[in-house]
Amino acid sequence: MGSCLSCVDILTALYFAVLRIDPANPRDATRDRFILSKGHGAPALFQVLAKRGFYPESMLDTYGQDGGVFAEHPPTPDHLAGIEAATGSLGHGLPMGLGMALAGRIQHQAYNVYAVLSDGECNEGSVWEAAMLAAAQRVSNLCIVIDFNKWQATGRSREVMALDPLADKWRAFGWNAIEVDGHDMTALLNVLQQHPAKDGRPTAIIAHTIKGKGVSFMEDDNNWHYRIPTADEVIKAKQELGVPA
Amino acid sequence: MRNAFADEMTKLAQQDSRVVLLSGDIGNKLFDKFKAVDERRFYNCGVAEANMMGVAAGMALSGLRPVVYTITPFTTTRCFEQIRVDACYHKAPVVIVGTGSGLSYAELGPTHHSLEDMAILRTLPGMRVMAPCDPAELRLALQAAMHEDGPVYIRIGKKGEPAIHPQAPNLKIGKAIVVREGTDVALLSAGTIMPEVLKAADLLKAQGISAEVVSFHTIKPLDVAYLAAASKRVKLVATIEEHGLIGGLGSAVAEWRAAANAATPLICFGTPDEFMHEVGSQEYARAKYGLTSENIAVRVRAALSKT
Repeated sequence: MGSCLSCVDILTALYFAVLRIDPANPRDATRDRFILSKGHGAPALFQVLAKRGFYPESMLDTYGQDGGVFAEHPPTPDHLAGIEAATGSLGHGLPMGLGMALAGRIQHQAYNVYAVLSDGECNEGSVWEAAMLAAAQRVSNLCIVIDFNKWQATGRSREVMALDPLADKWRAFGWNAIEVDGHDMTALLNVLQQHPAKDGRPTAIIAHTIKGKGVSFMEDDNNWHYRIPTADEVIKAKQELGVPA
Repeated sequence: MRNAFADEMTKLAQQDSRVVLLSGDIGNKLFDKFKAVDERRFYNCGVAEANMMGVAAGMALSGLRPVVYTITPFTTTRCFEQIRVDACYHKAPVVIVGTGSGLSYAELGPTHHSLEDMAILRTLPGMRVMAPCDPAELRLALQAAMHEDGPVYIRIGKKGEPAIHPQAPNLKIGKAIVVREGTDVALLSAGTIMPEVLKAADLLKAQGISAEVVSFHTIKPLDVAYLAAASKRVKLVATIEEHGLIGGLGSAVAEWRAAANAATPLICFGTPDEFMHEVGSQEYARAKYGLTSENIAVRVRAALSKT
């Protein structure tokens, strides 16, 4: 839950104001691509895709059921409309997104590729391999948003690995890095509209977020990386979020 | 084989605008002709194989036909999880080519040996695993891989491998090619060890033993139709590969034999469960591990005498 609530504002901004997509034609060759590289935020993505019209919201009632497709991580594109890559193992989404961005260049398609990464995911070497190739190739149609909630599974992300200064790292790797409050919708939309950079650099938006955002007893409490809320906690969380019971 | 690979890739790029070549910082100059066809379809991905495999999968999911090329350990064991998740789980038509396979780079030490690649890639759902025996089979394997709807792994040698087939054979993925017919023993060979296997067949012939020599250029899917028919005809089946005895062609045939309850005896030639700590040429390494025509002939003859 914590990981979903920290990125759901970013997903909302992307799906409702940025991505050029048609839910009725999810495989259109010219569509923008989005990859949830932090695959453990899939429950948030499933909600956003349903709200955006990729499938009926009622399908979400099968969440977690045996034989279904909705669970902890996104299934493959062949198994759910709107999914571009099956993630869950960290450090895969950005390289795959880079491949899609390069494919757009090769095929003379003007689409953009977006990916949301977690700060903990930046532990993975493959993220930095992709960062260097994207910069070398000046892949200007690639934009990542890092959900920088300052936590990873077992501790503070700046303590487990030397993550700071995160924006400077991306700048040093040749990216146009921009920092923003990841829960300020106006600010988020403003920085997303700054992509693509005019000088050809790929874009890295470092979105400062709060794990469990919007639910008082979840905010910045890393127990909610794994915890499942009780029935009472669900009611309380819905009240705080203004969601009908 | 390297030159045949570069030449065939150039031809494929000319024929098909979806073909893209990704190299892990090797093949300087080797791909100049490919680049001359379309520089935008060649990517030197640097010494960063995990990313290279993910990039290839992303391209394949976008309608391209990427071919990933570097030295075998680095395009297989180094980035196994990217092959598993990005290519296989997504059923992305990525062609993975490992060069200098087996003991081709014996003198470079075990970091550059690949004696596990077929074993681990064979475990992945949907992956095709190929080991062509000569440049002609490699070209045909590449052409065939372009028509597959999922990932294909092709392990090749380095340079100077002799032509085995006098004319281009009819190569189908998963269908073994009989190079020489025989009646006593079937010598099933995967990859560039084939010249030793043919020489072993010659030695056996001189001793009055008729050996069938077969190129098992595909170890997955395995040609079980051939195995079923051959095991009824011959008295002994032998597998030969420049690969570990665990998990390669020999294991694949043994798995089939157990499941099919085939009675024909099986002997396997390959490398043992160890790293090679001394330096040496490919010939030295082959001899050390019994992958020579003489040793194959001796062991086959001994095994036949017990049937």
